[in-house]
This record gives sequence, structure tokens and C-alpha cells, in this order.
Amino acid sequence: MRKDTRNPAVSARLTAWLARTTAVAALALGASQALAADGVKIGVLNDQSGVYADYGGKWSVEAARMAVEDFGGSVLGQKIEIVSADHQNKPDIGSNIARQWYDVDGVDMITELTTSSVALAVHELSKEKKKIDIVVGAATSRLTGDACQPYGFHWAFDTRALAVGTGGALTKAGGNTWFFLTADYAFGYQLEEDTTKLVKEEGGKVLGSVRHPLNNNDFSSFLLQAQASQAKVVGLANAGLDTTNSVKQASEFGITAGGQKLAGLLMTLAEVHGLGLKASQGLVLTEGYYWDLDDKSREFGERFFKRTQRMPSMIHAGTYSAVLSYLKAVKAAGSKDTEKVAAKLKELPVDDVFGRGGKVLANGRMVHDMYLFEVKKPEDSKKPWDYYKLLATIPGDKAFFSLAESGCPIK
Amino acid sequence: MTTIFGVPAAALYGQILIGLINGSFYALLSLGLAVIFGLLNVINFAHGALYMLGAFTAWLGLQYFGLNYWAALVVVPIVVGLFGIVIERLALRRISGLDPLYGLLLTFGLTLVIEGLFRYWYGSSGQPYAPPPQLTGGVNLGFMFLPIYRGWVVIASVIVCFATWYVIERTRLGAYLRAATENPALVKAFGINVPLLITLTYAGGVALAGFAGVLAAPIYQVSPLMGSNLIIVVFAVVVVGGMGSILGAIVTGYLLGVLEGLTKVFYPPASAIVIFVVMAVVLLVRPAGLFGRGD
Repeated sequence: MRKDTRNPAVSARLTAWLARTTAVAALALGASQALAADGVKIGVLNDQSGVYADYGGKWSVEAARMAVEDFGGSVLGQKIEIVSADHQNKPDIGSNIARQWYDVDGVDMITELTTSSVALAVHELSKEKKKIDIVVGAATSRLTGDACQPYGFHWAFDTRALAVGTGGALTKAGGNTWFFLTADYAFGYQLEEDTTKLVKEEGGKVLGSVRHPLNNNDFSSFLLQAQASQAKVVGLANAGLDTTNSVKQASEFGITAGGQKLAGLLMTLAEVHGLGLKASQGLVLTEGYYWDLDDKSREFGERFFKRTQRMPSMIHAGTYSAVLSYLKAVKAAGSKDTEKVAAKLKELPVDDVFGRGGKVLANGRMVHDMYLFEVKKPEDSKKPWDYYKLLATIPGDKAFFSLAESGCPIK
Repeated sequence: MTTIFGVPAAALYGQILIGLINGSFYALLSLGLAVIFGLLNVINFAHGALYMLGAFTAWLGLQYFGLNYWAALVVVPIVVGLFGIVIERLALRRISGLDPLYGLLLTFGLTLVIEGLFRYWYGSSGQPYAPPPQLTGGVNLGFMFLPIYRGWVVIASVIVCFATWYVIERTRLGAYLRAATENPALVKAFGINVPLLITLTYAGGVALAGFAGVLAAPIYQVSPLMGSNLIIVVFAVVVVGGMGSILGAIVTGYLLGVLEGLTKVFYPPASAIVIFVVMAVVLLVRPAGLFGRGD
């Protein structure tokens, strides 16, 4: 909407006007949250209106609220408050909101942080401001690798875990040549890199890749290139609506019918729900949570469903777990002090609806079991949201980089 | 294998065809915009939202009334057109005669409202819409696998574009329309109901967006965001073609679709901006657009 659409004079006025409005709106988002510095304040920052709005979005905010309610609403005698904002997948907007939250609004911790480029920016800012952030929705393994920092955490999954899960499973099943469709920003690069590494470890080969812009609508050109490469596996190193559209169009262009396997490297329940089982059946994917795994996950899933009319994905359950763990750490530390809380977060085990037997490494990586699922055929789905068949449980130590492998200098 | 600039010829043909398919959407949408701008002097920013509304109406029709694809192709443009009449009568009419900027802001606001409502109701990951059974599958052209549905999109869009052009440029009704743009007072004096003409024109332009929405539903995920993805590109197409030029909008739509397709072969990262580069160059060299009549 900041594009020239008419004759130059009107356009110039319009552009200036739009630019001003956008700036004011972006500031207002943060400013409206201003309140007293008392209490414990947790900020949920993610995409609430774009391609990732169902992947995380306002549903994550709801999950964070559930964690606060389950914790009792207060910690150390102080009221717990959740604030939220939409970063529109733009690192500059995300950093501005985070800065406002930390400096003016007294936010103690920022979480969710879908979109790797934004997460990396806020991660750096949190280090500078000496505040805690717990990334859930972003994928890049750099957050606990070369971009790690003492007060930053990465909770639900990362590009390494996705590579080990989906990438490893398909390579072992004979998919030894790969072609990537990669989202053209930090997340896509890292997912492609981590998966490439794994494919090579397993003796496979990468034949090529093509990068598409974030929020792309039409994938036909890229799919034709993938088809021409004759790779056995077409790896989708993208997420959200981009993945949904790629999967849909891949079947249209006969990619799967032609014998090539599709690997949705980052797919969650939200995308499978959006595609429907008919279009997504047979896809193999990796998640850290599924509502129908056991009684504990079902209980949480059903409670979440009552509030939102949808089942949670690993992003939503992960946000719940991140907020709950933070509150437990504040309680155990007996203060909101960043150093003390960060130390407690790394010390306390994680055992809730999301992370079973989870532990946090010195680089902030929460290590827990991941699950490899296959999307069910429509006729095998017995009830609403009955989408996954569990193929394997990937032990946390295998799924994630160890501290030494991560490349993080913190020991 | 024959190669052209280091790219296999087969891949090139494939991308040109894909470009034509995407160009079909650009042409249909920019045509509606051009018609509306030409006759109402309104920059209809809501065009993308109405395209999305078309796709959603098709999906809702199928879901709740069992309306099949072919029926949707006819019914949905009428529904979206009626919605357009409401917009024109209730809102746009009140600002006619003012700077086009007001129309742009009004329709921009409408876009935010419509998209916001659909995002609230249906979420951003969208809904699946299956192609009609008669048009599933594909044919192998030797250089590429062409899904039959995509072939149909090109044919349908060419027919509708040509029909619209014919009505406006070659019929009596079209002559009234064009005369009404030049001098509404004079045309009124001849006993022609100019306000009605304007309402119908807006409805017609918007119906084209609804039609494009139905065409797009089986290809793209039916999502509240699908229009905002496209509208900026379509505006660029209209600017390159010449604001208000019917033929310009159609031809430029296909041309830029092909150009974008080719960029995806030679240098994919530039594919998102190539249309805007062309727009900038055209504005510098020929501010009235390729097919526009200079002032």
C-alpha cells in the first residue's frame, strides 16, 4: 500500500501520508500497553495478521493467558499480566515494539516471536537490555548457535530438529536426492542448511534449490524447477500459508503423482487443518506436541479448544509451556532479576503438557522429545482434528544439537 | 538439450506459459480497476478484498448451499456486483467529484474492514477449494506438465477480457459510458441516467474481481490474505498500462505476467520486484503509461 498508484504529485502526497500513518499506528500498538512497572509483565510478540497468523497468532496469546491462569494469576504476590502485539513479520517493527516494551512499559519477558528474522533481532536487543526472551514460534537454530546469548531461550523446536525428524525419515526411506523450495529470509536459509547437512550425513545429495519471497502466492514456477530437477524429494523450507499453497499446487502440477516425495519441513496442525486431509494425507512432518498423544496432552488440547474452537499446535502448547516455566523460575528465584531467573530456567526441569522430561542447556536450548507424524488418510480420521499418526518419537538428545555442536560460545 | 542464455529451452517455454497463467489474473483484475478508474475516477483499493470475497463466496456457496464451481462462476460475480452496488450507493457516491485520494482512502479502509472480518471468522490459513472434477488432472506438453485447470483459467480470462473490451469500446452502452466520462452533464441532457450508469459500471468492475476470485479458488488457498498479495502488483500493472486504458490493462497484464515468469528462471530473487522496476521506468519515460493518452 505504499506504492505509486497514480500521477506522481498525488502519489507523493499519498506516500508521505501513508508512511506517517503507518509509523503512528506502529507506535500506538506499543504505547497502548503502557502501565505501571509493578507486577510481572509478559509480552507475546508475533504475527497476528499475516501468513503466520494461524501458525501462532492470537491463539498463542490465548495459550499464554491459560498458563497465567493455571499458575494462579500472581507470583511472589505480584499480579501477572499478558500484553501482546503484531510485528507484521518485520524485524524493524518487532524491535521497535520490543524496545518500547522493555524501556517504557516494564515488560519483563518477551515470548513467542514467530519469524526468525524478528526473533534474531529481538534476541540481540534482549541481550543489550538484559531481559529474558523465550522464543517459541521461530525456527532458526542460530538462536542457540552463533546468535546465542545468556538471557535468550529457544523452547519448542528448531531447524535442526525438523531436519533430523522429517529430513532424516525421508532420506532413510530412500529419498537420497533433494531439491529445496526455500523462503527467502533467515528462517528458510537455516532450515535449508540444517537439512542439507543431515541429508549429506545420511549419504544423500542436494541437487539444487530455489528461493521464493515470503508471502508468495503462486509457486508454479518454482515447482516446475523442482520437477525438472528430478530430485526424489522436494523439500519445502517454508512455513504457514506459503507451505499450504506449495503443497496444494504441488499436487496440481502432478509432482507427487510423478513419484517425487514432498517434505513439508515445517508443518503444524494449523497448516494441515487449512489444507484438509485430502490434500495433505501421507505427508510426513515433525512436531513437538500433538493434542491426541496421551491424557495429559488431550486435557490441554480440549481446554484450549473450548476457548478457541481449534486444537493447539506445538507453537501454542510451546508458548503455554514457556510462560509457565518462566513463572516457575521467577517463583524459585524469589525475584524478577534477569540473572537469577535465567539461572533458574536453566536449572529447573521442564515437565508439563508440552515438554516431557525437558531440560534447558546453557545456550538456552530446551531439549525435549520430538515426534515424527504422518498425516492420516481422510477415511482413517475418526473425529474432528484427528489428523496425525505417530511414526516415531525422536529423543531430545538426537533431535537437537548438543551444546558443543551448537557453535554457541556460552559454556 | 537446446538452451537459451544457459537455460534449457523447455524450462523457458514452461515459465512463459506459467507467466501467461498468472498474467490472466493480472489482466482480469487490472481490467476491472481500469474500467472503474476510467469512468468513476475512483482508485478502487478494495479490488483485492473483493477478489478475496469472490473466492470466499464460492467456498461458502459450496459449503452451505452445495453451489458447484460452474454455478459459482455465474452466481458469485452477481453477488459481489450487488455488494459493489451497496458500496457505490452508500459510500463512493458521497465523495464523487472530490480528489481521487478520498476514494482511495475510503476503499483502503473498506479493504481493512473486509479482510479483518474474514480473518476473524476464518483465520489466516484459509480454506481448501477443490477444482471441478471435469478440470482435474493435466496434460504433458513435452516441455511441461500443464494442469488442465490452469489452461482453463487462461481461456476463461481471455474470453471475459475480450467481452468486456468489446462492450465498452464497440457497443452503444459502451459509447454512453465513455461519453458520460467525458461530459456527464451533456449526456444527462440527452436523457440518459448517468448515476445509474456509474453504479452499474462499478458493479461490473467489481464483478470482474469476483469472477477472478472464483477462478483463483481452486488454485490458491482461499484465504483472507489472497487479495492483498495481489493488489499491489495489479496496481502496478494498471499504472504501466496507463490509468483507465482498457486495452492497456489487458495487454500489460499478460505481458508483465510473462516477464515475471521469465525473471523466476533467470534470477528468482528479483521476481518480486521486477514489475515495480518496470513501473518506475515507464513512469519516468512515459508518465501516462504504455497505452495511456497523455494529457
